[in-house]
Formats: sequence, C-alpha cells, structure tokens
Amino acid sequence: MKPTGASFSTVDGNEAAARIAHLMSEVIAIYPITPASPMGELADAWSHQGRPNLWGVIPNVVEMQSEAGAAGAVHGSLTAGALTTTFTASQGLLLMIPNMYKIAGELTPTVIHVAARSIATHALSIFGDHSDVMAARQTGWAMLSSESVQEAQDLAVISHLATMESRVPFLHFFDGFRTSHEMAKIEIFSEQDLRKLVNEDHIAAHRIRALNPNRPVLRGTAQNPDVFFQAREAANLYYQDLPKLVSTTMDRFAEISGRSYQLFRYDGHPEAETVMVIMGSGAGAAREAIDRLVSDGEKVGLVTVKLYRPFDVEAFASVLPETTRQIAVLDRTKEPGAVGEPLYQDVVAALAEARRSIDVRGGRYGLSSKEFTPAMAAGVFSEASKLDGRRHFTVGIVDDVTGLSIKYDPDVWREPPEVAGAVFYGLGSDGTVGANKNSVKIIGEATDLYAQGYFVYDSKKAGSRTVSHLRVSKEPIHSTYLVSRPGFVAIHQFDFLEKDDILDSAAEGGTVLLNSPFDSGNTWTRLTREAQAHIRNKDLTVWAVDAARIAREAGLGRRVNTVLQTCFFHLSDILETEHAISLIKDQIRKSYGKRGEVVVRRNEGAVDAAVAGLIRVLPIDTDIVARSIAEPVSQMAPDFVKRVTSMILAGRGDLLPVSALPVDGVFPTGTARWEKRSIAEEIPIWDADICIDCGRCALVCPHAAIRFKAFEPDIPIPEGFLWKESTGKDLRGKRIAIQVAPDDCTGCGVCVDVCPAKSKEMVKHKAINMEPKHQHLDRERTNFDIFLSLPEMSRSEVNAKSVKGSQLLQPLFEFSGACAGCGETPYLKLLTQLLGDRMIVANATGCSSIYGANLPTTPWSVDGAGRGPAWSNSLFEDNAEFGLGMRLALEAQREDAVLLLTALAPELGQVAVDLLEVTENPNRDDIDALVDFQRRLVAELNEKLAVLEGPLPRRLEGVADSLIETSVWIVGGDGWAYDIGFGGLDHVLSTGRNVNILVLDTEVYSNTGGQASKATPRAAIAKFASSGKETGKKDLGQIAMSYGGVYVGQVAMGANPTQTVKTFAEAEAHQGPSLILAYSPCIAHGIDMSTQMSHQKEATDSGYWPLYRYDPGRELVGSPGLQLDSRKPTIPFKQFASKEARFAMLGRADPDTASRLMARAQQDIDDRWHLYEQMVEIHRTAEYVEDED
Amino acid sequence: MSTDLTTTYLGIELDHPVIPSASPLTGDVDHVHALAAAGAPAVVLPSLFEEQIEHNAMAVHDSLELGAEGFAEVPGGFFPQLDDYNTGTDDYLELIRRVKSEVGIPVIASLNGTSPGGWTRYARILADEGVDALEVNTYSIAANPRLSALDVEDVHLQLVEQIKKEVDIPLAIKIGPYFSSTANMAQKLTDAGADGLVIFNRFYQPDIDIDSLEVVPSLVLSDPGELRLVLRWLAILYGRTNCDLAATTGIHEAPGAIKAILAGATVTMMASALLRHGPSRLAEVRGGLQQWLTDRDFESVSQARGSMSYDAVPDPSAYERAGYMQTLTSYVPTW
Repeated sequence: MKPTGASFSTVDGNEAAARIAHLMSEVIAIYPITPASPMGELADAWSHQGRPNLWGVIPNVVEMQSEAGAAGAVHGSLTAGALTTTFTASQGLLLMIPNMYKIAGELTPTVIHVAARSIATHALSIFGDHSDVMAARQTGWAMLSSESVQEAQDLAVISHLATMESRVPFLHFFDGFRTSHEMAKIEIFSEQDLRKLVNEDHIAAHRIRALNPNRPVLRGTAQNPDVFFQAREAANLYYQDLPKLVSTTMDRFAEISGRSYQLFRYDGHPEAETVMVIMGSGAGAAREAIDRLVSDGEKVGLVTVKLYRPFDVEAFASVLPETTRQIAVLDRTKEPGAVGEPLYQDVVAALAEARRSIDVRGGRYGLSSKEFTPAMAAGVFSEASKLDGRRHFTVGIVDDVTGLSIKYDPDVWREPPEVAGAVFYGLGSDGTVGANKNSVKIIGEATDLYAQGYFVYDSKKAGSRTVSHLRVSKEPIHSTYLVSRPGFVAIHQFDFLEKDDILDSAAEGGTVLLNSPFDSGNTWTRLTREAQAHIRNKDLTVWAVDAARIAREAGLGRRVNTVLQTCFFHLSDILETEHAISLIKDQIRKSYGKRGEVVVRRNEGAVDAAVAGLIRVLPIDTDIVARSIAEPVSQMAPDFVKRVTSMILAGRGDLLPVSALPVDGVFPTGTARWEKRSIAEEIPIWDADICIDCGRCALVCPHAAIRFKAFEPDIPIPEGFLWKESTGKDLRGKRIAIQVAPDDCTGCGVCVDVCPAKSKEMVKHKAINMEPKHQHLDRERTNFDIFLSLPEMSRSEVNAKSVKGSQLLQPLFEFSGACAGCGETPYLKLLTQLLGDRMIVANATGCSSIYGANLPTTPWSVDGAGRGPAWSNSLFEDNAEFGLGMRLALEAQREDAVLLLTALAPELGQVAVDLLEVTENPNRDDIDALVDFQRRLVAELNEKLAVLEGPLPRRLEGVADSLIETSVWIVGGDGWAYDIGFGGLDHVLSTGRNVNILVLDTEVYSNTGGQASKATPRAAIAKFASSGKETGKKDLGQIAMSYGGVYVGQVAMGANPTQTVKTFAEAEAHQGPSLILAYSPCIAHGIDMSTQMSHQKEATDSGYWPLYRYDPGRELVGSPGLQLDSRKPTIPFKQFASKEARFAMLGRADPDTASRLMARAQQDIDDRWHLYEQMVEIHRTAEYVEDED
Repeated sequence: MSTDLTTTYLGIELDHPVIPSASPLTGDVDHVHALAAAGAPAVVLPSLFEEQIEHNAMAVHDSLELGAEGFAEVPGGFFPQLDDYNTGTDDYLELIRRVKSEVGIPVIASLNGTSPGGWTRYARILADEGVDALEVNTYSIAANPRLSALDVEDVHLQLVEQIKKEVDIPLAIKIGPYFSSTANMAQKLTDAGADGLVIFNRFYQPDIDIDSLEVVPSLVLSDPGELRLVLRWLAILYGRTNCDLAATTGIHEAPGAIKAILAGATVTMMASALLRHGPSRLAEVRGGLQQWLTDRDFESVSQARGSMSYDAVPDPSAYERAGYMQTLTSYVPTW
C-alpha cells in the first residue's frame, strides 16, 4: 500500500544507494571502477557541496590509490569508530576481500555498496553479473541483493540499519548497469523517516568499541593452534541471529515506508509445482513471466533471494509451496568445475537440511549483462518441468558445443500492454542519452506516470552510438530488459539506417522520428530498401525534422537533443505539447542554469523551433531504386572476421553460438582494418604541390588514417593516384605519397593543425586540408587501395630514428576506436612503426586496453609477413609485473634454447654455432640487422630440426623463437602507473630487467570518466578534486631516476617529435628497465583536441612538461645522465593553463582558490626546473682514479 | 584662489574632469582603490562583452557535455559538476558592488553587445545593479561589404534608442572615428537619446607574424600623438551637439587634458598612461590642469571648456582640410 504523502524522484540505482550511504556515513573511501564510479562521484560531489549526513556532519570523502587502499582506509576508519562506507565492483571487490575477512572477523559494522559486475576471465567486461559478489560470499559479510532502483535505496537503508545493530558487515549489491544505471521513478525514503529507524545506542556502542587510548585494547592479534579455532567460532551467535534481525529491520522499514521485504520473496501460484529461484534484476523479467503463466493456469512460482548471506534455511523452505516438485535455480555467474553455481549449491544444501525432497536444476543466465527476458524465464520453466530436463543448463545463448542451452521462443512473448516503449538511436556526441534522461525525469517527476530509462552504448570512444530504451506506464515498471517492440522509434542520425535494420524492431502501426536534412520526398527516396519495406508493411507513421539545422541555427552545434526531445513529446501522447515544452524548458534551466543564461536561452530556442520543423514522410512511388543496408565487412576479409566479427559489427553478436567463439579468449589481430565506420564528416585531402615531405601528419594521426610511403618511380601508378617526387636527399629519386584512409579517419583535424607547409598564395591552404568527405570519398577509397598495394619500406631503407623515416614504416596499430584526436594513440602507432614486428605488449586496463582490445575489432595489426605486436591485458593493478613475467619467460626460454643448441650442435652444425655466437655476443648497434640475422638463422634452425628425431629437437622447436630479439613493452595510463600499479611498477624498475614501460599520461583516470590521479596537476579540477587539486603531481620520472639504472624519458610528441622518436629508440636499446612518460592530451582536459599537438608545445614552453632523457649509459662514461631536451620556460604556466577547461573552470568557479593554486603550480614548475638544471650537472659515477704506488 | 574644477558628466557631479576610462586597471577593486586615492572622481569599468560572456558559458557547457553520455563508463562527462561556473555577469556585478560599497565613487559601466537583445538585456542588468551611468562601447568593424554606411549608422541609432527605452540612467556612446560623416552621426546619436559621446574608441589592430604566417593580436598602448584626432572632433562637435563629450585616447599628461578641455571635452579619460605609470599619473594630470588654469586665472574649468572649439577659434578651417594641407607641406623629412 502506498503511504500518503510519498515523494517521488527519478534516479538511477547508483544514486538511490549512494544517497543513503552518504546520509549514513562519516567517512567514505572511494576508488573509481565502472559501474560503481558514479556512487563515489556523487558522494564526493555532495560532500563538496556541503551536504551533511543524517547527523549534520559532512562526510569525509577520500579517494584512495586502489580498492585495496579504500578497503584499508575503511577498516581503519571503522576501527577508530567512524560510520564508514565504500562503493565498488568487480576487480575492485576482489581487492577488498582480504580486508573484508578482517572487518567481518572483528565484527565491525559497515556497508559496501556494490554495482555487481563481471570479473575478468577470458576477457574483461564492464557489464553486470554476480561473479564479483559471489567471490566475496565466503568472507563473513552479510549479503543483501536489490533487484531494482527502488530496492537499491530501500535495501541500502536496511543494510545500514542492520549492520549497526548486528555488528556484522553488509555487502549490499545490485546489478551493474541494469540497476545501477537504470533511471526509474522511485519513492524516496526521507531523512526524517530514516531518523526514526536509526538507533543511537547502536552507534554509541560502535564508538565504545573504537580504539581509544583512554580505554586501550588490542586488536589484530596473531593466534596459535591452541585458540584460533575456538575464537573463530566465538562469533557464531551473531550470524545465527542475523536473519531474524534483518527480517525485523525489514518489518520496521515496511511500517514506515509501506514497502515490505522478506528474506526470500515468493510470487506465483500458491500450489506451484515448478519454482524458479533467482537473485537480482532478473527477478523483474521472471516475475512478468510468472504473472502471465499463472494467469494461463500454470502452477509455477518464483523465489527471489534478498538476504543471500547468511542463507537462512528455515526462511527459504518456508516460502516454498509444499507442492513444489522441481526447482530451477538461476545463477548470474559461472563457477567452472563446481557441482553447480553458488546459489544452486546453496539451494540444494538448504533443501537437504530442510529435509525437502525436490528436484533441483541449475542454470546460468545473464553473464556480462546478457539480456534476460520473460521469454527466457518461460523457457526455463518449460525446461525445469520436464522430467528428463537438463540438470544444468544455460539460457539466453546458443550452446552448440556442450548443448547446455535451452530453447525458448522470443516471438510469442510481448511486453505488458499497459507499458509504452520507445527507442532512440543517437550518437554519443549528439546528446541523445542526456535528453532521454531528462525525458524520464520530466515524465517521472511532473506527471503521475512511471518512467524508466536504460541506455546502451557501443564500445567505441569516437563516433560511439547510443541506444536509449524508454518505458512509460501508469503502473510501476518492473521490466528489466530492453524494449524489444517499440511503438516509437527515433533515429537521431540519418545514416544509421544505411548500416542497420533499425526499423525491424518497430511495432506495427508505430511512429518513427527521423533526423533528416531532406524534404519529405527526398527523405523517402534516401531510405534503405529495408526501411521502406518496414514502413509500408507495418504501416509506420514517419516524421522527419532537420534537427541538425535547427540546432545549428540555435547555436548548439551538433547537439540535436533538445530538438528531437521536443518532437518526441509532440508526437507521443504522453503530455500536451505545450505542457511538455514548458517542462522541457524547466529541465533545461535545471540542468544548464548554472552554466550560463545563454546556454539556457539557446536550448530554449531550439525547443521553440522544433515542432514547426516536423514534416510527415509518406511512402511515394518512385523510379529511384533504394539501396540495401551495407554489408558490415568486405568479402575480402578473413574467415573469422566474416563469420564472427561481422556479426558483432552488425549488432547480431547475441546470435553467435558458443562454437563461434574461442575457448580461451584469444583473437586474431589486424581486424580494425575491416571495420569501415566512416564516421568523419570531413577528411584531410593532400595537396602534393605544397607538401614538404616531413611526415608530421602521419606521425600525429591518432588513428593511423594518414599514411606516408615512398616508392620507386618504376612502379606503375594508376591514373588519379596522387604522388610527388621526393624532395629530400634521403629519398632522392623516389616518389612519395600521403594518403588518407577515408573510411577510417575520424575527422579530428590534428594532421592539418600540425602541417607546417602553407600555400604561398593563400596561407590558410596547407599541404593537407580538411574537406567534406562526400566530395572525395569514392576517389580516396580507390586511392587508399592503391596505396596499400604499394610495397612497404623496410627499416634498412629509412632512418627510423627520424620523424620522417619512422613514418615511412608501416604502422601496426591502426584505426582504433579511441576518441577523435586522442593524445595516446600516436605514441602506440609510432612504437609499432619502430619495432612492431618484434614486440609483445602487456597493457594495463584503461583507455588503451579498451580502444586496443574491446571487441569487435582490434587496432593491433600485422605486417605482410604476418608479424606484429602480440598483446595481452592482465589487470589494472599488476601490469608492470605482468610485463616483467613476459621478459622472464623469454629469458628462461632463451636459456633453454642455448642448452638445447649446445646439446644438438653436432647434429645442427654451423647454424647452432652461429646462433650461439649471436646470442652470446649480439651486436645491437644495428638492431634491425641483428634481428634479420637472427630470423634467418632461426628459420634455418627450424628447417634442420624438422628432420631430426627425438625429444630434444621438439623442445628446441618450442623455444627457438626466443633466440630472436623480442622487445617487451609495458603500456598503461597514469591511473595504473602513478596509483594502483605504482608499487609493482616501482619494483619492476628495481629489478634491472630489460622491459620498457610506456606511461600514456593523461593526468587523470580517463577511461572511468575523469577522476583525479596522483598524476593530476595542482590547480586542475577533476572528479574527486572538484575544488582544484591541492597537491602537486608526483614526479615519477625522478623516482625512477633515483635507481640509477633505469632509462627515463619524458616526451611530448607535439612539442618535439624528433625527441620522442629518439627517446623511444634509446629506451628500447637500453638493456635494462626503461620508463617513458608520454604527455597525452585527453578530452578530459577540456581542450580543442584538433589542436592537441600544437598545444603540447605550450606545455613544454611553459615548463609544465619539460622534455628530458636520463640515460644511465651516459653516466658510465662520466657524463651527466640527465639531458634536458627543452628550453628554459619561456611562457608562464598561466598562459598554457588558460587554454584548458580543467584549469580555467576553477578560475571561473573559485577565482581565489584558482589564483592561490596557480601561483603554487607555477612555483612547482620553477622549482622542478631548477632541480633538473642542477641534476644535469650531476655526475652520478665518480671518475675512478687509480692509486699511485 | 584655485580654479573650480567641478564638472558634471552624464548627470554625475565630479570634483574634476579627469577620470580613468575602461581598462584592465578599472577591473580590479584594489586598483580602483588606488585610483580613487589618486583622486579619481569616478570610474569607467572595463567593458562587459556579451560575446565573451556567451563564449565562456558555451565553452563551459561544451566542456561539461564533451564525452558525457557517450561512453558506457562515463555517464556524466569528464568534469565534476560545480556549484557555480560564474559564466554570466556575476563577476562584473560583483565588481560594481564592491567598487560602489568599498570605494564609494560613481561607477560608469561599459557594455559591448553583439545582438539587439543582448544590448538591452545586459543594459537592464547593469542598470538594476545601480550603476550611475552606462557607456556603450560599439566596438565593431564594418567588414561586411553588403552593409552600407547608412546600415551601420542605423544599427548604432537603434541601439541607443532601444537602450534608452530599456533603462533610465544616463547613456554615453563610445564611437569610432570612421563614420562617413562624424558630425552628422554625432547629431543623430544625440537625437536618438545619447547623453554623452565618448570619442574615440581605439580599435586594437592585428599584426602579422612573418615566421608563423599567422595573424596575431597586438595590444599597443596609445601615445600622446593620437590625441590630435580627438581634439579635432571635440572642437568640431562642441556646441553643436546637445550632449556631453568625453575625450579618450592620447591623454597622457596634463597638457593633453588641457587641450581636450579647451577643444570642448566635458571630461578627459585616461587608460594607457595609467597602465604605464600607475594611478599617480591621474593626480599629476589633475594637478597640472589645476595649475594651468590657476596660473591663467580661470575661475573654473567650465570657463575654459570649448574656448578653442571650432566656433571659438579665429580660423575654424584649422580644424578642417586646410589644416591637413598645412601639415603636409610644412613637414620636413629627417633623412
């Protein structure tokens, strides 16, 4: 029963839980991890705004260096008596486990709120399942599971109350993304009501237990065999009493809120024979299935687990109807090798203890946010009711390998008729998701209707596509799956229709809204054949609006969101248009009011112009033959790409069977070249007459979409392909070509910005210029194919240590999905040009692991010989160690190879002698020649081994490649290198082993959304540093230099590309550890990314990012190890900083603080420069003078 | 007995006619304190640029929206939401409040708009904040070849009319010297409601970097020679327009101020010299003016004002073309 006076709010699960956590805490230790990051960010923002907790105190929010650190801080804070919480997910929760044992063992009350997410196994996934929380089920923490946004709030309350009373710590979890990121209208539990439930005596007891020198105690003892066991059993009563205590707390909560919870909730037929047991958001879909099946007369039921730990056998058994004959337990996790998944095992054990004889089947579903629908739930009931049904099964996939997957019929199931569904397709950059979040808020907060929003993003950072799923209903919405048959489909970018069959899902008689630059007739003729057929066959009503024009005229650039949002409300009958417009404007003022009156005015202008721009698109009979949807990949693509990758690219990855996927997570490289996204509106076009052959455009291209080649004049060139005679001495007599990959370019414009060659007649015209893609596409596609057919240059033909020479080499990192203008990727591309065919990469989790290896494709590529970077990602925190392990493995194999070569030398002859010699005394002065020589010898060796019998030749075949120089690169961002992975990185540097560490320093946690790291500079704002970062950036280079044996280089490609190329070469040549700190501008800096390279020059000119190389080798010959490669600062830091929003925004928001911090930041720069100047004079190795006898 | 320097400009009673004009110096309360200490009887604040305000707000908006809702891991964008971004007029209004409350001298706000709505919107905001007068700074270059001289004039006239309709505080308009018929334009502006003319706006001229082949902004402070253009038009306009005349550009020392007064300036405004030499220069100019007038037994500055205007000199053509001819023919090369 709904209590009178209930207040509603439209929030997502993260906000719902975080609000309660913030109200109930004094200390909050946080660390960013998807999908839990928003909880920490909100808590930090609220404290920053001065929002107090329930007792009027502003919670102290502190960002730690890792989740392990957060857990340690939580433990300490609890031990000292504060009400403390944290938020996490996935690997973060795993890092907390050691402390979780301690916290539980000490009976310390706290709550961790978890947005449950997959744990990385064969692959990382940011999406939701229970593999993380299940890995913590043995720690002694109570576990409460929320299945909806409403519950995320309500069970957060119950968790905080129950932990204080019971002393047992609580892990409160809800499904990552499905609940954490779903926006829903919920009833808010007020602070006043919360106060009624809080028992101050419990808090006082917590204080009394705290460490206090006035009543000293000892905790954390070491115990021996004599007492440890008994002491471990001493807390049993607390766990025995806990279910009842939680149940009582739930009842007290229900008395105030009107929302009743049980340890186990039962829905369905009172005499059910088949019962499903489930935990988390899947219950929403399952309950819809139950409702319909029961109304159809089926005897089925559903048990939803709320309190998972302690698992109360009696309570569980009590909710099961006596008639139950079969139970299907669904687990959202996988435990390979176990009898069954954890919840299944718990149910089996509980039934045994309850002496209930029921047939239990176990199923897996929904891993990594895989959809779980009522149709699947119905399929599970069908399977479970069969006498010969599978004992263990999966649902939602097709397992054609072990046959575990059950069948279900997705087409017979329709969503509840009272719920209206709408789906919106947009770009990440056009504001579609933001507008839909606003729409959900408008509907949820300004009407009596219920609204739900869920948002799906693709894996790209540039040109990413979003799909927003909205539901509206007069009743609360429990549908925890995507809208499958929308009555309203909005396509915010017209060209989406050319790539996907979007209208396939539209409901009969539905409405379609198109953002179209064309009039009615031309809109129709430009639709694909498939779209036209859907419109006719399903009798769809189509409206078009030139939202891009309206947005542009309103001064909003490409942000078409408010225009299309207004059209949505106008075309749907949710609200009267005038009322909707008024509410949209209210929301605009709410969202943008603080940013400035002009922002509000322009958005309101777009709203006012929207409806008048709508035109009806009617089917017309025309002679123009509509095009079909393009094939996702070329027929020239390799088999795997055609069979598997193309399905994922086409949005049909859900249909791939188990057999289509590798068993161990190993995928081919070189696949991004087959993904032609064609997202640029403008592409760079070369003017050969002006070009000076410098190669800078190719160097800086973040996507390897500008290529540079030199070729012999006798190579026949088809008409229309642009080339010029080389002007440089190094390539005398050769021809050169600069070529754009038109479908792979993102249109970032960085190449044009750095081009130094300007027309004599018109300086704005450079040797490379951005021009509309559609004017050049056909020609440039042909020319790029011709370009690819030209022979690649070898390293022996160019000076690879020069900018120009390096750019004539084939990049083996191409067409990544990184942000347009990314500051990181040019370094990786350069690295692969210098040594891509002999490198292995350990890549820390972060941006580079996402644009590097998020399916469907990878930019890591191969050369004509099939060689290329071999790449892997372990974790976020262990990457340096991971890379070190690779080097150790190579060394071990080489040692084995040398032993075997020695043993087999008599049979192998000269090749063994030569290999042993080159292994013992390699001439690394010409590394490329050395590698060529080693490859020839190893090829010869393999030929000889092939005809030799016995175990030793076989063993040698397995390790022969280790005789070829392999370069180990440890790559990651500053979050890894400065924070979570610093300990490991520091240790690896100390080992003296030959590994190369490349830190792509964006000075912020870019991948998780801009949280401050220890690389974030003083005076910059970032999440968790909203008031400007008070502390200075860690000087990681200096720490590394202190070892004396580590090569350290600090580079900024845009400031000095030659120094960058030189540093890479020297680091690789150094036969010990090397560390390169690469300045990597990021959209999180708030700069115009098209000028990010030229902006780097100001970073260096101001002394903010001095360039240097520290080479221990120089010290060995008595020279200073450190060499400064940039001049003494010539411009003030302020001049550089004023162009970056991260600094400038603080200047506007808080001028006094900004002024103080900027002055200190300038002092940092001055001090560091003075220090480096002094270090340049330091000769670490004292000259040795022999004693005179 | 010293000469009476009191002056009324835009209806504001001033102790003397030397006031700091809009410059970075007047945008800082501490500097305004120093100017007041040096005797500034009023202050013209730096221009509030509509274009700048809107650019700042949109830049903040763009930064906050960049990447927001585009990636699964970055639902809210890359920047934290702050309490206030101060993108609007808040800073400027705070400056007005502080100058009025802490320094206590009359405040003339300066405004540069770009849109008809913008001019009036911001004029209203400034008037509501209690400024004593408004100076509108029509800083724009008529670069559009399709825009006639009449069109340009109409824009100015409508602007004055609209602002006068919107606010009831005195209004001065700061114009450039490039109208086809400056005297006629001055008359029209007065007819449209302008209470004062500030002559002249000094457009910052761009420069060319011959290494990078880029157009670069250049800020060059005025020199005393630039006063002559002002003097000519002060002399021509004095007595022929029913409004106050403010001389700006090129007043660096007392003689400049004296000349401007003699030509007809109601007030003389200083910026470059104050930036170069500090607030004390204002006191020196004021003192020099006082001394000059006293030495010559002027009873008041009003007595001297316009005494060498076009109508007051024996040969008015000296301010016209004949003067130009004479200057050219009397010039002796130095090489």
